[in-house]
Amino acid sequence: MRDIIIIGSGPAGFTAAIYAARAQLKPLLIASSVEIGGELMNTTEVENFPGFPEGIMGPDLMTKLQEQAERFGTEVVYDDVVELELDGPVKRVNLGNGEEHEAAAIIYATGSAYRKLGLPEEEVLSGHGLSWCATCDGFFFRQKTIAVVGGGDSAMEEATFLTRFADKVYVIHRRDTLKASKIMQQRAFDNEKIEFIWNAEVARLLGETAVTGVTLRDTVTGDERDLPLDGLFVAIGNDPRTHLVHGKLDLTSEGTIAVDGRTSKTNIPGVFAAGDVIDPHYRQAVTAAGSGTVAALDAEHYLAALPKAPEAASETSVGEAEFAAVN
Amino acid sequence: MTARAVTEATFEQEVLNNEKAVLVDFWAEWCGPCRAVSPILDQIATEHADKLDIVKLNVDENPGLAMKYQITAIPAFKVFEKGEVVKTVIGAKPKPALEADLAAYIS
Repeated sequence: MRDIIIIGSGPAGFTAAIYAARAQLKPLLIASSVEIGGELMNTTEVENFPGFPEGIMGPDLMTKLQEQAERFGTEVVYDDVVELELDGPVKRVNLGNGEEHEAAAIIYATGSAYRKLGLPEEEVLSGHGLSWCATCDGFFFRQKTIAVVGGGDSAMEEATFLTRFADKVYVIHRRDTLKASKIMQQRAFDNEKIEFIWNAEVARLLGETAVTGVTLRDTVTGDERDLPLDGLFVAIGNDPRTHLVHGKLDLTSEGTIAVDGRTSKTNIPGVFAAGDVIDPHYRQAVTAAGSGTVAALDAEHYLAALPKAPEAASETSVGEAEFAAVN
Repeated sequence: MTARAVTEATFEQEVLNNEKAVLVDFWAEWCGPCRAVSPILDQIATEHADKLDIVKLNVDENPGLAMKYQITAIPAFKVFEKGEVVKTVIGAKPKPALEADLAAYIS
């Protein structure tokens, strides 16, 4: 049995791994099979991570975080967790490839997933003019007319990035003010290819086999009108990825994992949570990294306070695991 | 086994005239999810080499084919049989999910 398994490979997971590895806990980090590095892997330039005055590309930052975690002995597995057993002193993590790993402590840092529009046409048109990844798909909209839905930093970044390719980028936002940081807003306002459509939401996606436009609904008057488009990029926020711990860990009314005060402690001893999965408000790379630090330190204290192997042997499952490790 | 690259010059021979079913992975260097899913495709290629050929097509270097097959999101996987597209899967997915999508061509 290991001391600690970290689930998630974003800024929270890798920062937790740096701290846990430096505490000589030899962490195992489950990075996922196809979303290694988390959300920053699909961003362009990160300008607000402290220590990089010139900015750094999201994927480069994640590569560096991983290298730093591995330098101190973190072991990284590229697979997905399919099942978790969190009760009791031995936590079990089952992977898609059939492997089972055991640890005394878990740090759960699975981040969040893109929020969908919730429209019935969404499934069919996904990948056919409807996209969640501007850096992946912007290339296919050269000289086209497209729209970004959303009003946060991600939406501004995507809209600005997409003007490299598209002739025209609408930003569709349901309010008349933006949540995005002032610098990102100004960049979008100054871009002559970007036009804002305020107080509007997407009521329907148009097109049988590919997006041909959207029906917009005015959020004030309720009036509807059609807007012809070649593509639509969705950046309306994220939802915490908690499906693996439903019914196991307590959640907040906002859907994030509930933790005790400013700590990372969940309702189960030995299970800690960090990053966007516990954070409905801030959700920055640097706050996630800070949260990963908290979780690693909490886990370290928890492990230090556990009874040593011989005492623990009275608990059947722990005893078996530890004797196996000794043999 | 690493999936081999095809280009506009070799597409007809390697894909359209292939006797076996062929999966074409439309990808690009700047697409993170494309790079992430690439080793999974290599594994599937190795494990099912008798039934399915898997090749990679760089959309940046071969924009004509990307346009012809109406690619607007990558990674996109298209299975060809006798020169016709018989299955399209879009987006990076874990191996079990991809295997389920491709079940008709690998089992």
